[in-house]
Amino acid sequence: MLDLIRYVARNRSLLAGAALLLALLLFVVLGHFVVDVDHARALSVRPLRPPSWEYPFGTDRQGRDLLAVMVAGTPLTLRIGFVAGLLGVGVGTVLAFVAAYYRGITDTIIRGIADIGLTVPGLLVLIIIAVSIKGSLSVNQMAMVVASLAWLYPTRTIRAQVLSLRERGYVEIARMSGVSGPGIIFTELMPNMLPYLAATLVNAVSAAILASIGLEVLGLGPIDSPTLGMTLYWVNFNAAMINGWWWWWTAPTVVIVMVFLGLFFLTVGLDELANPRLRRSV
Amino acid sequence: MQAIHVARRFGVFLLIVWLAATLNFFLPRLSGQDPVRTKLLAQAALGGYVQTGIEDMIKVYDQRFGLDKPLWRQYVTYLADVSRFDFNYSIANYPRTVNEMIAEAIPWTVGLLGVTTLVSFGLGTFLGALLAWPRAPRWMAWLMPPLWALHAIPFFLLGLILTYVLAFQLDLLPIFGGYSPGAMPALTLEFGLDILSHAMLPALSIVLVSTGGWALGMRGMMVTTMGEDYVTFAEAKGLKSATVFLRYCVRNAILPQVTALALALGQILSGAVLVEVIFGYPGIGALLFQAIRENDHFLIQGIVFTVIVALGLATFVLDVLYPLMDPRITYRRS
Repeated sequence: MLDLIRYVARNRSLLAGAALLLALLLFVVLGHFVVDVDHARALSVRPLRPPSWEYPFGTDRQGRDLLAVMVAGTPLTLRIGFVAGLLGVGVGTVLAFVAAYYRGITDTIIRGIADIGLTVPGLLVLIIIAVSIKGSLSVNQMAMVVASLAWLYPTRTIRAQVLSLRERGYVEIARMSGVSGPGIIFTELMPNMLPYLAATLVNAVSAAILASIGLEVLGLGPIDSPTLGMTLYWVNFNAAMINGWWWWWTAPTVVIVMVFLGLFFLTVGLDELANPRLRRSV
Repeated sequence: MQAIHVARRFGVFLLIVWLAATLNFFLPRLSGQDPVRTKLLAQAALGGYVQTGIEDMIKVYDQRFGLDKPLWRQYVTYLADVSRFDFNYSIANYPRTVNEMIAEAIPWTVGLLGVTTLVSFGLGTFLGALLAWPRAPRWMAWLMPPLWALHAIPFFLLGLILTYVLAFQLDLLPIFGGYSPGAMPALTLEFGLDILSHAMLPALSIVLVSTGGWALGMRGMMVTTMGEDYVTFAEAKGLKSATVFLRYCVRNAILPQVTALALALGQILSGAVLVEVIFGYPGIGALLFQAIRENDHFLIQGIVFTVIVALGLATFVLDVLYPLMDPRITYRRS
């Protein structure tokens, strides 16, 4: 425990990332006690109030209390990102191990698909998928849509990592001792990949949140849910910027920036953990 | 050998085009929607402005798509249409064709994205190289944290903040659109400046964010390159500092950057779509937003297909040009 604390104190990025995300978590948890979350629905409070003691973040044109929107919406957005990121890294890890361990034609096909998929602008494909689904999406459907492309990048990077690991001496020895393919994957390769997988996961979550916010700003998100991206959609829809309702977009912007900065610092910190060589050179 | 490589790479490009077209064709059909009918009926229910065009449109669509024919015939017809870049009429803006509308929007996006990508790639790579260079000025180290932080923010969010500060509060730049309402598009200096001032905010939000990314990547590569023996040797020979920096370090470290550029094009474009939406910039992104709002499936599909093909082509060109930058790659089978 003490070692952990000492390590985190040295790894500033990890500390900063964790602190930002914990602060958000605290805000959401405390917020549920302080604010009536039902006020995140339209027509529940007086519209277009600037920040005051009663409504610290102000209210929007459709009568939502923006503090309640943030408290209710932040976990929704994080959930979309987390579910999609987890699915992406899960599928990506399996494909990467299969490709990198068995090589041959399987590898060629998996790598080919990932490489081609990555050159295509993801948001546009997601738009086609979202438009093709009947009616408005729910938060969970949203996560599925985003997850449909979230495995491409993890597959590519994890595969490269496995390829370098499988030539190491200890894997060679395990192989010569007659350990089976899956055995090597789970007992030799996986444990050494864990920090790297964690960094990839955080990256994937961040990318998934970015994609979901993108879809939502375009109006393809869950219309009835107060996610951060939907809030920005209403901001844009009502031209809040030009009308001078600055508080409307300030709250979601600050929260989104905190989310991305937190996740970014977390990745940098985890990269450092996964790749000790960075510690000396940077 | 070179020719075979180029041909194979072109094959991959064709594969991307075919996949994009197939995706476009089958995804909407999987959900059991009939976008044409749905849209036409919705419009008819509105009893609005397209009333007169509806019968014509249905006729055209029936002929074009052969909606009575089996699915595979429709698919083949669709591929043939698409290969000629014929995306039919816009559903919401009949009688304009999807082609016309895309052609109108493309110059805006190409201009904005072309300039900002080149500027941020050049600037970021240069900054990144200097950041890793021990003999660079001391104050450069202070650039790192802000570049990092900006890099993590989505383009369009920075756009929002910049708009508020520079356009709304300080009133330095126009907030919205590609040119002033009422300005006559013409080849005059005045109109040129008008376009430029409208492009400033969107461009700034893209450049500020992506420069940090390129700087980070380049810095990482420089650190590795500077540890190489040939750099130590070059320094031991007493070569000029600038020569070692440019010809030995940057020349080698820049290669992975170019690969990264080819890979990042799609992401940059995805981000730029949202920037255009936020700023109401009249490019592909804003057109796509309009199409989504109006439920204009043909326009959406046309845009997505065009963009995927354009980016596939850009990646193809970068890939083919790559050996010119890195003479070690000859694409000979070992």
